[in-house]
Amino acid sequence: MPYTYTIQQKVYSFPDLKSVLAKASPFRTGDALAGLAAESNMERVAAQFVLSEIALKDFLNETLIPYEEDEVTRLIMDTHDAIAFQEISGFTVGDLRNWLLSHEVDSQKLTQIAKALTPEMVAAVSKLMRNQDLIAVAQKCEVVTQFRNTIGKKGHLSVRLQPNHPTDDLRGIAASIVDGLLYGSGDAVIGINPVTDSVDIVGDQLKMMDEIRQRFDIPTQICVLCHLTTSLELLNKAPMDLVFQSIGGTEKTNASFGIDLSMLKEAYDGALELNRGTLGNNLMYFETGQGSSLSANAHWGVDQQTCEARAYAVARHFNPLLVNSVVGFIGPEYLYDGKQITRAGLEDHFCGKLMGLPMGMDVCYTNHAEADQDDMDNLLTLLGVAGCNFIMGVPGSDDVMLNYQSTSFHDALYVRKVLNKRPAPEFETWLHNMGVLDDTGNRLAVEPSHRLLKNL
Amino acid sequence: MKEKPSKPIIKDPWENLKEFTNARIALGSTGNAIPLKEVLQFKFAYAHSKDAIATELDVVMLKTKIQSWDYPVWEVKSQVSDRSEYLKRPDLGRKLDAESEVLLKRNTGTFDIIFVLADGLSAGAVNRNALPLLQLLLPQLDGYSIGFVTATMARVALGDDIGSALNAKFVALLIGERPGLSSPESMGIYTTFAPKLGLTDERRNCISNIHSNGLSHQQAASLVGYLIRQSFAKKISGVDIKINLKELLED
Repeated sequence: MPYTYTIQQKVYSFPDLKSVLAKASPFRTGDALAGLAAESNMERVAAQFVLSEIALKDFLNETLIPYEEDEVTRLIMDTHDAIAFQEISGFTVGDLRNWLLSHEVDSQKLTQIAKALTPEMVAAVSKLMRNQDLIAVAQKCEVVTQFRNTIGKKGHLSVRLQPNHPTDDLRGIAASIVDGLLYGSGDAVIGINPVTDSVDIVGDQLKMMDEIRQRFDIPTQICVLCHLTTSLELLNKAPMDLVFQSIGGTEKTNASFGIDLSMLKEAYDGALELNRGTLGNNLMYFETGQGSSLSANAHWGVDQQTCEARAYAVARHFNPLLVNSVVGFIGPEYLYDGKQITRAGLEDHFCGKLMGLPMGMDVCYTNHAEADQDDMDNLLTLLGVAGCNFIMGVPGSDDVMLNYQSTSFHDALYVRKVLNKRPAPEFETWLHNMGVLDDTGNRLAVEPSHRLLKNL
Repeated sequence: MKEKPSKPIIKDPWENLKEFTNARIALGSTGNAIPLKEVLQFKFAYAHSKDAIATELDVVMLKTKIQSWDYPVWEVKSQVSDRSEYLKRPDLGRKLDAESEVLLKRNTGTFDIIFVLADGLSAGAVNRNALPLLQLLLPQLDGYSIGFVTATMARVALGDDIGSALNAKFVALLIGERPGLSSPESMGIYTTFAPKLGLTDERRNCISNIHSNGLSHQQAASLVGYLIRQSFAKKISGVDIKINLKELLED
């Protein structure tokens, strides 16, 4: 359906809903690269005026990507909760923004309406929100998940310990794991990105990590971030706690990752049968990031932030333990600088949380983006305030295998301290028992004879 | 007499584990923060990486040397006009500008192999690594007709445009890779048999991580020689050529 808006006698026309969404997006290089961005500030604000007046109901009648040609669209439409939607069915996108920010809408209310919201509605409302709105609403959401510990409770912030090594050397990986544990990281997951995605190498990494976990009785989960097909082969051959996969917001994007929804279901069902969780059964780990659909030439003319929100519809179908956007990894042709990365990080966290996902964030950048550690400190602090479930912990921020910079174990201690956040409760008890942290969350001096340093 | 304040830095008693990884472990702490010495080391590595992105291809030096070896060499650029546009518009970095295209088409010939020396994201890596590697490789290539191109503001796929303009059978593109903190001057090599516009990654073979702490010039030259022989024998490049790095390097 076409839309128009007139500002000072100039008529701005938008041929369809997806062009309104694209042109209403705060500027980012990826949308410009795709030829979808607003061509002037006036056109952008015209699109935002138009968008504010579009009824939420219209999103159920006009698909951005054809139902017949895209299984993600089918998933979104077929799982929409029409009953929960009744309460907000009279809203425009602008009404939704104002309602979300009102005091009457609390954590419980947000949980109730999560499945009434399609990713397109959530992306749309985010485009009308300032950064403080994205933070204020996300902070009201509480999404708690469990496997061997409890992640996402208010007042807690967990860390994925990311011990990557440039040649997959097991001793090198173990060294980084010990470093991270002694800095209080690892409660979200201990998760390796392998250099070589083969059954043998991934299997050995899982066995090594499981041995450490069991020897020290660590209440956490382990994961190697390999391809889904590798995980499927390893389900009954290696200690597989979580199943990892990168996902995108269109069927074609997922095809470029070598997966589809039925493969995700097969892996999810297979891992559930292993029954390895002690407190809960959330066992999928998904990574996403704006720009992946454009990069795979699979975006259907839909802007990168809306494509990203559609990936969250895929994620929530499989009750994940962890979901994070790898926001700054994609490079400056999609997110140019610290400002664009910051905005995208807050959008992704907000959209994921509003849709009911246990959202974390890889607060990160590559060296060819216009960003540095100061930008990451800012985004980390903002996400901490917004109630982000987890962040990454990389030794000294420098991932020596993926060649990019993320947050460090020290950064995690910083954000917990300044915002009065604590690790996952079970993991926090373990840290106390191991003499890593004291009751106030400060690190204790570690003696060379510490258990974690012996016999490795 | 005043006492000198004690140093607040807590050292981590597992520095011995650094033997197993170049990750930044056992940094110690002051409060929750990384000690300043390590912060400055990080900034030093970061500055090195950022500067690597801004380096320029030393076209004069490269051309002079190649001409002294008696090979033809042409100088081209992509449609990108400056570094900022280079970072924002990878699509323009994959296409020759009009003048370059005319130049190459005037020289369309019967080349077997065209080597493209391209700046990419770290021109310094190519300035430093390309010629020493080629000196080891070229003696293995008797019987092939060979030409050279220097390319600025170039992305990997510019090699396809160059190869098809010259009607070359095979293109090997030597290009600066995205700088990491521990590898600011790393070069990659992408090889394509029967290059033409619009090819995607699965039609290319790639050798990555050529730098002083990574793959050596000798190792890289052996790998490229292997890919050239395989590609000319099978008349293909990319995923259909299986390359077992570990086996080849151990030979």
